[in-house]
Amino acid sequence: MSAMVEIRSVRKSFGSHEVLRGIDLEVRTGEVTVVLGPSGSGKSTLLRTVNHLEKVDSGRITVDGRLVGYRRSGDKLYELREREVLRRRTQIGFVFQNFHLFPHLTVLENITEAPISALKRPRAEAVAAAHALLERVGLAEKAGAYPGHLSGGQQQRVAIARALALEPKLLLFDEPTSALDPELVGEVLDVIKDLARQGTTMIVVTHEIGFAREVADTVVFMDEGVVVEQGPPAEVLDRPRQERTRAFLSKVL
Amino acid sequence: MSLTSDPPRGGPAVPAAPDAAGADADGRLTVVPVRHPWRWLAVAATAVLLLQFAHGLATNPGWEWGVFAEFFTAEVILRAVWVTLQLTCYGTALGFGLGVVLAFMRLSASPFLRLVAHGYIWAFRSIPLIVQLLFWFNLAYLYDEIQFGIPFGPGFVSFDTMGLVGAMGAAVLGLALHQAAYAAEIVRAGVLSVDAGQLQAAASLGIPRLRQIRRIVLPQAMRSILPNAANEIISLFKGTSIVSVMAIGELFYQVQVIYGRNGRVVPLLMVATLWYVLLTTVLSVVQHHVEKRFAKGATP
Repeated sequence: MSAMVEIRSVRKSFGSHEVLRGIDLEVRTGEVTVVLGPSGSGKSTLLRTVNHLEKVDSGRITVDGRLVGYRRSGDKLYELREREVLRRRTQIGFVFQNFHLFPHLTVLENITEAPISALKRPRAEAVAAAHALLERVGLAEKAGAYPGHLSGGQQQRVAIARALALEPKLLLFDEPTSALDPELVGEVLDVIKDLARQGTTMIVVTHEIGFAREVADTVVFMDEGVVVEQGPPAEVLDRPRQERTRAFLSKVL
Repeated sequence: MSLTSDPPRGGPAVPAAPDAAGADADGRLTVVPVRHPWRWLAVAATAVLLLQFAHGLATNPGWEWGVFAEFFTAEVILRAVWVTLQLTCYGTALGFGLGVVLAFMRLSASPFLRLVAHGYIWAFRSIPLIVQLLFWFNLAYLYDEIQFGIPFGPGFVSFDTMGLVGAMGAAVLGLALHQAAYAAEIVRAGVLSVDAGQLQAAASLGIPRLRQIRRIVLPQAMRSILPNAANEIISLFKGTSIVSVMAIGELFYQVQVIYGRNGRVVPLLMVATLWYVLLTTVLSVVQHHVEKRFAKGATP
């Protein structure tokens, strides 16, 4: 299968601290890649560079064969205008750790906002699609509610529906269950598993090892800004070759 | 995300219920609230003072309520109230319009725009309003005509400054420029109060930039902008009385003119006072309703 995401020699520093120190990674179409690693390993930053929420210092990232934030001409990457970056982002869904739903809009308005304003879909069509998505994440009756009146798990499911409303080619999840009370984690993971079964291409940064084992096609272990080890879950999680991976797994399992 | 966890269900056993007779006796127990004698004394003293004041208002002939009633709805006063309202409206509209521009300049990525906006706010907050107003009123002394054309190049049309600006125009200009400095800071504070994640979420969804501001940021910023903005509008409304130094027929100026003629100072000051109080009350009511509109989705 072809690569949906190609990450080549990506480097990124915040001030003098180099967070990504040369990352190479491929995500194949229709596969689920789970990124594990201790906090501060750069996994969230890497995820944010994929949809250009974070700029890279060097290297390149393509999604479906296209550079996300840049245009290449010879040996130079020219940063794109914001309008163009925004247009390319509509093909990449992003789900945040803290949901970031728009609190002053209803659940339905949260989901229809981007299809209407970014994709110029007719309102009626966007609303119908939103109702279908809410059905899919099990929140059909919450269309008129405001995010503040939902539980964390419900909010995260709305956030997933909001990302899906753009019919993205790729979904990025940044620790989608880390802000949730333990009893609410399951309902969110169930929605993500359901998406995985339907062949959605996803990169999931998480601490849920059990989820990684069950859903991932590839597990990537990162530490200190580099990819330490990657492979099928059975290899990386059960027979890690690297000492750092073993040390991390022994702490979280 | 909570730091504390719920207590374990069915943890340590609740102490066993006492026997039936004991429970009956406990059930008859009533609670007597603590008494506050000093509080009652304070209430009584305050009530007496209030009554004295009301009595004075009603019986002191110095208030001249007859004169008050005669002028309160007199045409000359109503026209002056209208001028005051106009000054407030134009001052608010222009002031906040420029204030929004200045706020976004201060939030801009360009150090030059930030510096200019900062400088403007610094200057206009430092100069007393009355000094500014007199400057504008005397603009013609500095520039006796205003010319539109190519900067530093030839001009196309020119106007006589006083003809273009006029006393009312100078007053509105002064109020608006003064107001803009304060409005800029209020709007900037409101925008900063919106969680950065909101813009990230909007950006990740590809929502166009202007739409991000209009639909996502500003409605949320309004929640902290509104109370401060209402304060500013009310203080501008009362601040219009300063314009009386420019001989513009607003409420306070007109009242001064009338009591200068008939010598009835106190009742005429009461006319102005009551109009200011009434209209401020209306503004407060409007503020309450606008705030409720922008509170959509707020968790109680």
